[in-house]
Amino acid sequence: MNVIQSGVGELIQPPDMNAFREWNRKKPKALVDKRMTEAEAIKTFLRDGDYIGTELYGTVRCPMSLVNEIVRQGVKDLRVAGQGVLELDMLLGASLVKALDITYIGLEVYGVSNCLRREVESGRVEKVVDWSNAAIAWRFKAAAMGVPFIPVRSMLGTDTLKFSAAKVVECPFTGENICLLPALVLDVGLIHVHRADKYGNAQIDGISGFAAELARASKRLLISAEEIVDTEIIRVQPDRTIIPYYLVDAVVEAPFGSHPGEMCYKYIRDEEQIREWVDASKDPGTTGAYLDRYIYGVKDHQAYLDLVGRERLDGLRRGKHDVE
Amino acid sequence: MSNSAHSHYEQEEIGYNPSELLICTAARLMADNTTAFIGTGIPMLAASLAQKMHAPNLVAIFEFGGTGAVLEKLPMAVGEQNTFNRAIAASGICDIVETAQRGFIEYGFLGGAQIDPYGNLNSTVIGDYDKPKVRLPGSGGGNDVGSHCWQTIAIMRHDRRHFVERVDFVTTPGYLDGPGARETAGLPPGTGPYRVVTNLAVLGYHLLNKRMVLLATQPGVSIDHVRENTGFELIIDEDVAQSEPPSEDELRILREEVDKDSLYI
Repeated sequence: MNVIQSGVGELIQPPDMNAFREWNRKKPKALVDKRMTEAEAIKTFLRDGDYIGTELYGTVRCPMSLVNEIVRQGVKDLRVAGQGVLELDMLLGASLVKALDITYIGLEVYGVSNCLRREVESGRVEKVVDWSNAAIAWRFKAAAMGVPFIPVRSMLGTDTLKFSAAKVVECPFTGENICLLPALVLDVGLIHVHRADKYGNAQIDGISGFAAELARASKRLLISAEEIVDTEIIRVQPDRTIIPYYLVDAVVEAPFGSHPGEMCYKYIRDEEQIREWVDASKDPGTTGAYLDRYIYGVKDHQAYLDLVGRERLDGLRRGKHDVE
Repeated sequence: MSNSAHSHYEQEEIGYNPSELLICTAARLMADNTTAFIGTGIPMLAASLAQKMHAPNLVAIFEFGGTGAVLEKLPMAVGEQNTFNRAIAASGICDIVETAQRGFIEYGFLGGAQIDPYGNLNSTVIGDYDKPKVRLPGSGGGNDVGSHCWQTIAIMRHDRRHFVERVDFVTTPGYLDGPGARETAGLPPGTGPYRVVTNLAVLGYHLLNKRMVLLATQPGVSIDHVRENTGFELIIDEDVAQSEPPSEDELRILREEVDKDSLYI
């Protein structure tokens, strides 16, 4: 295949599908109880410099309790697949990110991410490589397929492609230009789900974002779940199982694990706290104060929930919109 | 969207604000029985208004998996529950963008910090890529929408800072550098920018040279005023229309049904 264009961006995590196969072959297939705390999961499976990814999206079904624990333990020099709102803001706010494959990091209706700006414009994030949203999801999909790249028609003709690590080739079947995206295998993937059993069989209600792809693209996969259920509950509706247990390394019970984000059908997002973060993130001092209060200053997720307060959480469960 | 160009209009005098004007103008562009790739903010309000006015079977499609939602409550995020409220399907991002890549999605909405005469959009950086003056959020789904949807509608604030001769970074493809460029690059033939809706005007693209054309001015806005606020040479249509201001019906439905909690307007 004739390579017509090569993006100039660094391939932060080059694909090695044979090594991934070997890894997956060795991954334990026994049914063992994988339940543990956030602290144990992060300490056991995450190392400085690892390449990580989170799913879904910082205010929606996002593994915030796991991300908060990463911040609490100060796991640093992380390389991150960047599609996020609050979770990546936390990591950036705590200066734990060294390299980003970025598609979107922002605060949605509240605008540009202040932490992203500070970390990138100051050079503390040393490497930034841009992709489209679907490109990142498709890179996981390629890894999930077990192939080193996937051909797509996104990114063509743009600077997004030029500064990425994608390539343009002449399609051997049609003769047209097509974009090849390299597979992206994560050292550690983090996904929050509605329910899982103790082995890691995990089910998601509502949209599934890119959970199926990210789970299958992860060498180590940490699952947090709103509730841990008996395996028989999983077996009643096996069609809902998006993540089978053998992909999973840790299962963490985390009610309100997406807070201050939402969890569809369970609780709405906490607009008041999201706004508190948006305001705090504008300045490094107040960013630090927020992290002190909600992460460093509490020992675990339960203590965090206690700080937020039962009354407020109950309100979110009832779907009360705290909007002036 | 508060805007200097509108500051000389008092809302009490004209009866609507700039956001309401944008929403109503965008809503009118969406036909019934078709598909639209919707992001949060103004496109969502416009799609909801269109569903309640002339397009009850407008199929709203959201990036992270919602297809065919009934937009009763406004989502604050592209993946939240209201993006699949009473929807016909809830899948994931690969399914949605692959649906667009197969040619199933007619309209796509876009925005950005800069737009050029060919409709190329920048939402990545202001300044140099390696040493950015401002690091913006990035493509998100923008590049995918701009690559695969048949017709894209950009919603922009209209001034010389946003309408520039060259964008600092082409995040999302418009007509790139002119006729045939999309096809040469490998993008699906027949796709591309359709309209730009702003607080000052509705713009389209010249059939032959693919540069931006002024089609209509918003109520009370002169052609010269649009020109002065555009940082490149604008083609002026032979017959520039004046957009109809938002009707009483549109405003009532917008305020009482679409955004009754005043989250956006």
